[in-house]
Amino acid sequence: MAQRIEMSGVHAYYGSTLAVEDVSLTIQERHITAFIGPSGCGKTTVLRTMNRMHELVLGARVEGKILLDDEDLYDPGVDPVAVRRTIGMVFQKPNPFPTMTVYQNVAAGLRLNGARRGRGSDELVEQALRRANLWDEVKDRLHRPGAGLSGGQQQRLCIARAIAVEPEVLLMDEPCSALDPISTLAIEDLMLELKERFTIVIVTHNMAQAARVSQTTAFFTIAGAGQPGRLVEMGPTATIFSTPSQKTTEDYVTGRFG
Amino acid sequence: MRGDRAFRLVVTAAGIVVLMILAAITIFLIVEAVPALRADRANFLTERHWSPDENPPRFGIAALALGTLMTSVLALLIALPVSVGTALFLTQYAPRRVSVPLGYLVDLLAAVPSVVYGLWGLIVLVPHLIPLSAFLADHLGFIPVFASNQTYGRSVFAASLVLSVMVLPIIAAISREVFLTTPVEQVEAAYALGATRWEMIRTAVLPHGRPGLVSAAVLGLGRALGETIAVALVLSANFDISVHILTPGGNTIAANIANAFGDAGTIGRGALIASGLVLFAFTLVVNLLARAVIVRHRNTLGAPR
Ligand SMILES: Nc1ncnc2c1ncn2[C@@H]1O[C@H](COP(=O)(O)OP(=O)(O)OP(=O)(O)O)[C@@H](O)[C@H]1O
Ligand SMILES: [Mg+2]
Repeated sequence: MAQRIEMSGVHAYYGSTLAVEDVSLTIQERHITAFIGPSGCGKTTVLRTMNRMHELVLGARVEGKILLDDEDLYDPGVDPVAVRRTIGMVFQKPNPFPTMTVYQNVAAGLRLNGARRGRGSDELVEQALRRANLWDEVKDRLHRPGAGLSGGQQQRLCIARAIAVEPEVLLMDEPCSALDPISTLAIEDLMLELKERFTIVIVTHNMAQAARVSQTTAFFTIAGAGQPGRLVEMGPTATIFSTPSQKTTEDYVTGRFG
Repeated sequence: MRGDRAFRLVVTAAGIVVLMILAAITIFLIVEAVPALRADRANFLTERHWSPDENPPRFGIAALALGTLMTSVLALLIALPVSVGTALFLTQYAPRRVSVPLGYLVDLLAAVPSVVYGLWGLIVLVPHLIPLSAFLADHLGFIPVFASNQTYGRSVFAASLVLSVMVLPIIAAISREVFLTTPVEQVEAAYALGATRWEMIRTAVLPHGRPGLVSAAVLGLGRALGETIAVALVLSANFDISVHILTPGGNTIAANIANAFGDAGTIGRGALIASGLVLFAFTLVVNLLARAVIVRHRNTLGAPR
């Protein structure tokens, strides 16, 4: 089910600009891995190379190797559409489809894949909403607009939509940055449940959140404006937050970062 | 605060002036039309012939109204898929160095004068349409719309095709604009679910563009309903009530005004103005319907207000 990701020597470009330089790391399966680091250091970029969303930006490209359980994601024979179905994504800003109801939003991914899988979707929608801890709140308004939910509910709706298609890996880019503390806790609890089934990578600016939910933390940084971002170190979350091996990491996690 | 009030006065005045002009035109049309309608010895709504200057005057809107609706709706049916397809190609598929010049070309179609379209339709399109019409009649003739008496040419079908080319740039330009405003978050949401490009278009681009497409279709329909000279040139006017789109004949309100106004007497002019009022009512109804569709779309589906 859940799968591991291995990146080696990954460079990510936007046009001729090198945004991320030489990243090598391993994402453990059924694990929550947190990406932390200052703004602009390339966390989002690295995340988006993993499900081939990066190349959707005009002129963007990736060099290096990214393996999903030993399969090269960038092999010419690999269909990016299939990659994205295996590796789902939740965005910083909740982005339910505004013209769709709650139900239709969750079913959106199923409908795309439905033609290929041919399964009924009522139970799948309920299951996804239950797993996203949203079912009780929306079961009476399944056929009302998804955009009518609160921000926190919308984000859980987006999580339900992403997990409804049964991905192996879930990439979450600052999923709580637009939410209040209660909704944030709800999503953190949810992530801890989801990690039983999915491999999760979360980008966060919230150190406490990284410490609470993740088992592994990767710290990225950037030397200065116009420089490419790079991975400084990666290790067990407890270690990164108490006794990191690099001085820059220590400065950052203790809040002394310049 | 004072600037605010002054501005409010100015815009209110502007609004009132527009309403007054509209009312003045409507009143003028009605005043001109009523005497002719009084003189009419036939039922204006059901009579198909147009002989207002004979004694007794007999004229009615039936054939003209049907012809107007048929040519316009058919033109829209042809133009809508082509222009939405064009707009999708320009915004979603074509590389920039193709889409920019091609976009200009499509816009340029809107700059061609109607009379040129009319001449092109009459001289180029009509003769070339004969084999296609014959083919349609031979293979689909069992459907009444395509039935024919084996003569083809200056038909409703030809007029609709000319009209469809004329409304295409309007619909394509508006569709292109609304497709371009599709929020990137929605595009990415669809792709992140594993959508192919076409699935992304169906999930993000088309739903986002739907209210815009309705407006575009209405503008196109309005243009087709009111188009005068191109239709007058292409159709060989008659006053038959017929659904056979492939055979020569048919007429529209606007084309009939262009054809008949020059020779019209007093009652004739009033009669033509009355037909113009009917055309005005058509466009009004079409616009109201479109508005209703857009509002309903918003309310039930929660698009941003
Ligand atoms: N679409 C884009 N086009 C060009 N450059 C981009 C684009 N997106 C990001 N970049 C650049 O790539 C670098 C890394 O950006 P990225 O968004 O990955 O950083 P981040 O670590 O996610 O930052 P934040 O914490 O602010 O979200 C930055 O220098 C940024 O300016
Ligand atoms: Mg980011």
